[in-house]
Amino acid sequence: MNIDASLVDWSRAQFALTAMYHWFFVPLTLGLGFMLAFMETIYVKTGDQEWKHITKFWQKLFGINFAIGVATGLILEFQFGTNWSNYSWFVGDIFGAPLAIEGIMAFFLESTFIAVMFFGWNKVSKKFHLLSTWLVAFGASLSALWILVANAWMQYPIGMKFNPITARSEMYNFGDVLLSPVAVNKFLHTVFSCYVISSLFVLCVSSWLLLKKREELFAKKSIVIAATFGLISSIFLAFTGDGSAYQIAQKQPAKLAVMEGLYNGKKNAGLVAFGILNPKKQLDNNEKEFIFKIEIPKLLSLLSYRKADAFVPGINDLISGNEKAPDIIPASEKIKEGKIAIEALTAYKKAIKENNTLMADSLLKVFNDKYKYFGYGHLNHPKDIIPKNIALIFYSFHIMVALGIWFILLFTIVLIITFIGKYGKNKLLLWLAMLSFPLGILSSQLGWVVSEVGRQPWIVQDLMPTFIAPSKLNSSYVVLTFSLFAILFTILLIVEIKIMITQIKKGPERSI
Amino acid sequence: MFENLSYSQLQQYWWIIISCIVAILSFLLFVQGGQTLLNSLSNNETEKTIIVNSLGRKWEFTFTTLVTFAGSMFAAFPKFYATSFGGAYWLWIAILFCFVIQAVSYEYRKKPSNLLGSKVYETFLFINGSIGVFLLGIMIATFYTGSQFKLTGNFKQVEWLNPFHGLEAILNIHNVTLGLALVFLARILGAQYIINTVSNENIEKKAAYQVKINSVLFLLFFISFIILLFSRPGVSIDNNGNAFLEKTKYLKNMINSFYIIIFFLLGVVNILLGIWMTLFTKLNKKSIWFSGIGTILTVFSLFIMAGFNNTAFYPSTADIQSSLTLQNSSASKYTLIVMSYVSLLLPLVFWYIYYTWKAINKKPLSISEIEQEEHKY
Repeated sequence: MNIDASLVDWSRAQFALTAMYHWFFVPLTLGLGFMLAFMETIYVKTGDQEWKHITKFWQKLFGINFAIGVATGLILEFQFGTNWSNYSWFVGDIFGAPLAIEGIMAFFLESTFIAVMFFGWNKVSKKFHLLSTWLVAFGASLSALWILVANAWMQYPIGMKFNPITARSEMYNFGDVLLSPVAVNKFLHTVFSCYVISSLFVLCVSSWLLLKKREELFAKKSIVIAATFGLISSIFLAFTGDGSAYQIAQKQPAKLAVMEGLYNGKKNAGLVAFGILNPKKQLDNNEKEFIFKIEIPKLLSLLSYRKADAFVPGINDLISGNEKAPDIIPASEKIKEGKIAIEALTAYKKAIKENNTLMADSLLKVFNDKYKYFGYGHLNHPKDIIPKNIALIFYSFHIMVALGIWFILLFTIVLIITFIGKYGKNKLLLWLAMLSFPLGILSSQLGWVVSEVGRQPWIVQDLMPTFIAPSKLNSSYVVLTFSLFAILFTILLIVEIKIMITQIKKGPERSI
Repeated sequence: MFENLSYSQLQQYWWIIISCIVAILSFLLFVQGGQTLLNSLSNNETEKTIIVNSLGRKWEFTFTTLVTFAGSMFAAFPKFYATSFGGAYWLWIAILFCFVIQAVSYEYRKKPSNLLGSKVYETFLFINGSIGVFLLGIMIATFYTGSQFKLTGNFKQVEWLNPFHGLEAILNIHNVTLGLALVFLARILGAQYIINTVSNENIEKKAAYQVKINSVLFLLFFISFIILLFSRPGVSIDNNGNAFLEKTKYLKNMINSFYIIIFFLLGVVNILLGIWMTLFTKLNKKSIWFSGIGTILTVFSLFIMAGFNNTAFYPSTADIQSSLTLQNSSASKYTLIVMSYVSLLLPLVFWYIYYTWKAINKKPLSISEIEQEEHKY
């Protein structure tokens, strides 16, 4: 197969660009939606007009952010087809269903009730308006569910079998796809990260108001909601993060090894709490892995396999095997088996065309035996099973975890100080709270880097390498569309930030 | 329930659902059509704001329906998704651009510090309503006129044989007639929707005039499209699954099905009735519903016959055997069953859309109303 490396790289770059821009906006939509619902619920329960003003102010910011999230989301959905045509056919039978369900169940819910949320204040009853706000929040998280189920399936393809006649994967158990442990963890971990980021946003804006000595009551009420929601969400985020890492250890050991910079597997493996990778280290040399590291003994074994003395395979073990861990099949073996599967499939299709049923049956048996490693047949070298950007994945993972711990600490401190009535008096804390919002965005983006760069070379784990998935296009086309999208998204992002800052500076309106 | 349907029946069921989505999408393009009338219908900024706000409360429906069309095609007919989206690359990218700029324009148009200024966002809305709708029409027309692609290899990889990757469809006169018909239909519906939702004599008068002008152009291009459609050959599939060209295929499809012909005629009559109501009766506020239902019925009947009666719904003009049919491009039976259960939610979706639509639109938008409105575009 002729691979146009430049096409693959640009197609990946374009998808990453769209996804990363999309992910600037989605977390705010998901989390702010629920915070609006909490705030409006308090307003409806107490009748306190201040809560109505608070709700309306955050609703305005929600609206500015929502529009651009919708715009970038549209491109993402279509890009599976425009740029990943081979992938679309290979997985469309499974991947398409969650996307369609997302449209029918979630997008319509969001888009219908968002109109009531914005324009219905004086047109529908208080209770119906509140219900609409809750439905918008629920719809946003529901849409996240379906797209994350689809993404989780790519990390852990389950509930499907390959149909050699149609040459694609076909679903046979929707429940397995929807409720796979990877999907459940991914959904929970991702939505909680969104709730944390939104809480950081509300905290950031409210802290700025306090710093400017404006709207103190308004800001403090918003902070109570944000810090409470943020603390609860960040604790759940930590738990689901642990669940996600556990699933990665079971299903994507290469990703885990890279996340931890673990070249040689071992029992009682420690977790790197802090480390600087040796830039001279390559897959095929004997340089030291780290210049410096602080490790927590046995923790990696414990978190990955729930046993402190468990063996955690390293990069070298996964490439070449390890005598001490005979269960690990060397990549070279898998590649060999995969090539047999591909040859059997080609011969099977030919036999079917020639009506040679006997031959077709025996080839199908060979194919089914080797199918498990089907994707490996497209690889050329054992080390191809390891993602290329080890440093990027390692640092992304560790910075994300460190920031996650900081957010728990921050929310706890803010909540305690707010309850003793002293929040706003310490400028350093206000600044820390403000700066933590961009850090929240950063940590979330890094999470996606770990997830998506970390699963390379696979677009569908073990079954389809990324380089065979793109549409057959001239790479210069994709360079052009990448550039157009980059310009458009950057302009839109600048516009959004400018509008948002202006609205924040204006503060809440109390005319009605 | 759906388990008892045959694979072929499920494929047909999903083609019906997708035809409904395309039909509803065509109706919802009234938002786009209205966007192209902003300057023609308003004398001043306040009137323009009334129109924008009237349309802006519905823009997400069109957007969501477009996304649902793509998602449903991906799920039910993934081979189409892989072929058309990956092959007609530039056509789809152009459509996407036209819709992305719409998504932010309503929200940002009147916001302070919006960087580009109101005029630019209004231009974005115009581009979305004119070029965006035209290109959508071109794309829909390729379901009849076909495209130059071939499916090859073990994985039936899509090979698009025209270097313009979709833009070549714009040079096909038959496609252009549908693109333009859709643009002018959207403008008619947009004007009727504005008449329905706005309380302002000047705007309403001008909107009625726009219905008149655009109706002439719509009928010209729509009739041309229909004549070309009924006289062109289509790709038929024989009992062995082989594709062959059949003369006047679409005319035969129409004549052979009692329901399709009834839907088509009812649809066209309703569109004309809606136009007549706008121009010649006092019931002009209700005319959108007649033209709207007419649009849905007409588009539904035209789209459904593109796939029924052993017709290839996405013909290949380069390799006829690569043409996409309901059978060779569909998802597996299991997936169609799962999706069919999900489709049972659609009546609920329609119900809550209807309910909230009524709640929000119960009072026509006027100058005083828009001045009181806190959240406005």
